[in-house]
Amino acid sequence: MAQRTRREFLQLAGVSGIVFASGLLDACASAERPRAEPADDFYFVQLSDTHWGYKGPANPEAAVELPRAVELVNALPRPPDFVIFTGDLTHTTDDPAERRRRMAEFRAHATRLKVPGVRFMPGEHDASLDRGQVYEENFGPRSYTFDHKGVHFIALDNVSDPKGILGDEQIDWLARDLRQRPKETPIVVFTHRPLFDLKSDWDWTTGDGSRAIDVLHAHPHVTVFYGHIHQEHHQMTDHIAHHAARSLVFALPAPGSQPKRAPLPWDAAHPGRGLGFRDVDADPRGPDYQLREIALASEA
Amino acid sequence: MSFVLLGLALLAAEPAPPERVVHLTARRFTYSPETIEVEEGVPVVLELTSLDRDHGFTVPELGLRIDVEPGKTARVRFVPEKAGTFLFHCDIFCGTGHEEMAGQIVVAKRKEAGGGS
Repeated sequence: MAQRTRREFLQLAGVSGIVFASGLLDACASAERPRAEPADDFYFVQLSDTHWGYKGPANPEAAVELPRAVELVNALPRPPDFVIFTGDLTHTTDDPAERRRRMAEFRAHATRLKVPGVRFMPGEHDASLDRGQVYEENFGPRSYTFDHKGVHFIALDNVSDPKGILGDEQIDWLARDLRQRPKETPIVVFTHRPLFDLKSDWDWTTGDGSRAIDVLHAHPHVTVFYGHIHQEHHQMTDHIAHHAARSLVFALPAPGSQPKRAPLPWDAAHPGRGLGFRDVDADPRGPDYQLREIALASEA
Repeated sequence: MSFVLLGLALLAAEPAPPERVVHLTARRFTYSPETIEVEEGVPVVLELTSLDRDHGFTVPELGLRIDVEPGKTARVRFVPEKAGTFLFHCDIFCGTGHEEMAGQIVVAKRKEAGGGS
């Protein structure tokens, strides 16, 4: 019998390409596990905007969401190759001691993930007030690259400069890194803020993001995953796909759908509505990425 | 004949309206005032001061942006070219209420010079 890839498994399970409800995860967990898949087919999980330490009306139950997400990731039928948190791990505070405490607590939760690797990135709530000092103490470099099964991953920092820019130095670093890659290499970029002008008058942009997009543009296979806007969103800039992930603390309105970017009101009848994360099934041979949105709670 | 032409020229060359100066203060996490009402075609100078720390002031739709630092007056001049409402916000992250630090410029249609009922 031919080996079955994870993608084929999900198709057989009838869940490919749809939003998961948490109950479906339980169903998947009890289904037959797929056999070993080809070495170049893998998946990862993107978690974003956990805002650990947030206390406010947009989510009175904020402290349960991160542990719940960890449970759901650990319940996936097979562990992802890695998990990445795309920023705003913690909610900001003026007090450096409190920031350290929140990051330590966040880290303690993240270490409960039963996956081979966990990667982190800062959001402006983590890094803008101290230019990333406490973040680096806890999680290391704010920008970095790594290669995994034929895909070149690049994590960019567009938050530790409080103006929400990448800066000349980082854009030069990106250009130097890309010059070393064959043009056909699949490139996946992680950022916190959108690189393009999604809605600049809500600050949903990166001041010099267009320069990074120009650098990336020379490569035919580039996909960007980001957070910041607390909702699923997909947009193309020419051949570059940009995918925003949901938050794990509160949802924000669709761009321009209301006068201000204030969080969507908490719905006591549907706690956790609008929150979630995604897994990304990567086939570097295309390259091709299949995204599945996983809700933290029932969306009904 | 020349007097007629001169008169027409004077009528055509309507004097530019005087600049209007609007003062704003910025502090975590508000601007005061949060709404600025101006008139189409009337030049505006915004004078901004910060009462606490570095802030930004940006109006993306009008292409305006300036840093607002404590102890300094930041000035930005523009001529509103079309009526409408244009959002501004702080684009230098300043703390937990940063996302709410915003306001709007409301540009009214220009009143007709010498108009009346």
